[in-house]
Amino acid sequence: MRNDKTRLKTIELKEYIELLFTDYTLRTITLGTAILGAVTGMLGSFAVLRKQSLLGDAISHAALPGIAIAFLITGAKDTNTLLFGALVSGLIGTFWIRGIVTKTHLKSDTALGLILSVFFGFGMMLLTFIQKQPNANQAGLDKYLFGQAATLVESDVWMMTIVTGICLIIMLTFWKEFKILLFDADYTKTLGFNTKTIDVLITSFIVLAIVLGLQTVGVVLMSAMLLAPAAASRQWTNSLSKMVFLAAIFGAFSGVFGTAVSASQNNLPTGPVIVIVAGVFVLFSFIFSPKRGLLFKQIRFVKNRRDLELHKTLAFMYHIAETHDNISHPHTIKILNNFQGYTKRTLQKLVDRGFVELDGNMWHLTEEGFKTASNLYNQQNVSNE
Amino acid sequence: MKKTLAVKVDDLTVAYNYKPVLWDIDLEIPEGVLMAIVGPNGAGKSTLIKAILGILKPIAGSVSIYGKSYKKQRKLVAYVPQKGSVDWDFPTTALDVVMMGTYGTLGWIKRPGQKEKKAALEALEKVGMLPFKNRQISQLSGGQQQRIFLARALVQNASIYFMDEPFQGVDASTEIAIINILKALRKAGKTVIVVHHDLQTVPEYFDWVTFLNVKKIATGPVKDIFNDDNLTKTYGINYKVSIQE
Repeated sequence: MRNDKTRLKTIELKEYIELLFTDYTLRTITLGTAILGAVTGMLGSFAVLRKQSLLGDAISHAALPGIAIAFLITGAKDTNTLLFGALVSGLIGTFWIRGIVTKTHLKSDTALGLILSVFFGFGMMLLTFIQKQPNANQAGLDKYLFGQAATLVESDVWMMTIVTGICLIIMLTFWKEFKILLFDADYTKTLGFNTKTIDVLITSFIVLAIVLGLQTVGVVLMSAMLLAPAAASRQWTNSLSKMVFLAAIFGAFSGVFGTAVSASQNNLPTGPVIVIVAGVFVLFSFIFSPKRGLLFKQIRFVKNRRDLELHKTLAFMYHIAETHDNISHPHTIKILNNFQGYTKRTLQKLVDRGFVELDGNMWHLTEEGFKTASNLYNQQNVSNE
Repeated sequence: MKKTLAVKVDDLTVAYNYKPVLWDIDLEIPEGVLMAIVGPNGAGKSTLIKAILGILKPIAGSVSIYGKSYKKQRKLVAYVPQKGSVDWDFPTTALDVVMMGTYGTLGWIKRPGQKEKKAALEALEKVGMLPFKNRQISQLSGGQQQRIFLARALVQNASIYFMDEPFQGVDASTEIAIINILKALRKAGKTVIVVHHDLQTVPEYFDWVTFLNVKKIATGPVKDIFNDDNLTKTYGINYKVSIQE
């Protein structure tokens, strides 16, 4: 982080928001990381649903040699040149991955691993070679490894905004085509859609988003920005549109919070902090989401177990009551001790629900209780449907 | 009696890495039959359907639907893939999946509207899944998922239906429901072609059958060709069949 930022220590929230409006650097970085988070979150949803999660990682690692070569050829270090090199290199890597999978027996994870490591190794080799050159201009290329958000300028943010805007328009226009291709590619072909076109469109946008993010989060960690927001948002909804929207929100907030956290401390790099914040969103979602989260699954499990005990006790009482003409025939509580699962608490719960009435140490089933008990297993079947 | 040919396949050959999966298939499927395609594992049954529909590229051969190339006749053909070919954890509802059947007629970009929703709801009703229309598909049983897939094809109002192992892994009541729908389709003059895994039920469910094992062994009405001879030729073991009249 630049020197002015290292002077900011603990920042109050209100002061921070004021700073956002007044401090050009902070505003630019916050906006840039927010937009980046939003677009990678959106596109990451598609990657995750296509089971191509690691493709993002392979592409970002494959972009490294492109950055080095762009510098070697032009001698220029400006962002646009270098990112263009990254784009070309990333696209080449993508095509080669596809080529390996279709033309050899190797599966996609092998192809991904190969391209990722070979391209990255080649890129590192080039970077080291560049460092050792007598030319003093080469310093700073390695910032693309982990990103350096502090170097974002307004034009970068505009670039990201434009790309995000185009991406959004294309996504909304071809929403149903994306949805059906992601869900059932074979079926989509039979309907007459050119699946290759849609496929290339999705992949190209993913590559574009990755390249845009290299400046902020860097080659090594970029894949997290694709995956984490989408993985988190999946836990909260069963609707594709909500999932994509939520992923954009999570991504954007990761950018904003990550920037805020790293701005308020000395020596914290923005890129990795953003990634950690995104990871926290994922962890939180895994545990606390209502339908799929671990916490609520556990609560439902315990509740189901308690309900089951209630049902079994009620069924036992039903069998006893059945044998009499009058279902309200009272019985001693002692009989219930024959039933293994019987507890006083269960009995009290049955009374609370109006299924059983107590009279001293005698109990009898109510109308309600009898009816419920006789329909117990039918009801369970219906509710499971 | 000369029937109209719904599907005609000539010399269809498909190979993976020089290994033939389908060899020189000639097949004529008349209109209005309910046909089973049977054969052992690896016989190329799914491949045959996928090659006809253009999902896989054959190395030789041609397919015509009502005399014209398949590409021109897509609107007349509906496909029900294997249940297992799809990730059922995808975030979408039953109604949504069935509405996908309308996407073909909508074409690029156009959104599904009220008309499409109505058609999808009707199809859901036909397969008995209307109460589940807003259910997340991962919460459906195997039989329910299969019904959704069938509803999606029904929405297309096609003349020819290709189905890949629709009875695999479904409960008994779903199986009965599906075969009744298929029989109703046949009665309405549609052609239904089903890759089927259960030889036992062939005579009961289907009126035509094709025996396949990389090559086409035989094809024709069940009463003529579903016999010991063809079964042995296809499966390689001595099968004995008895058909209850």
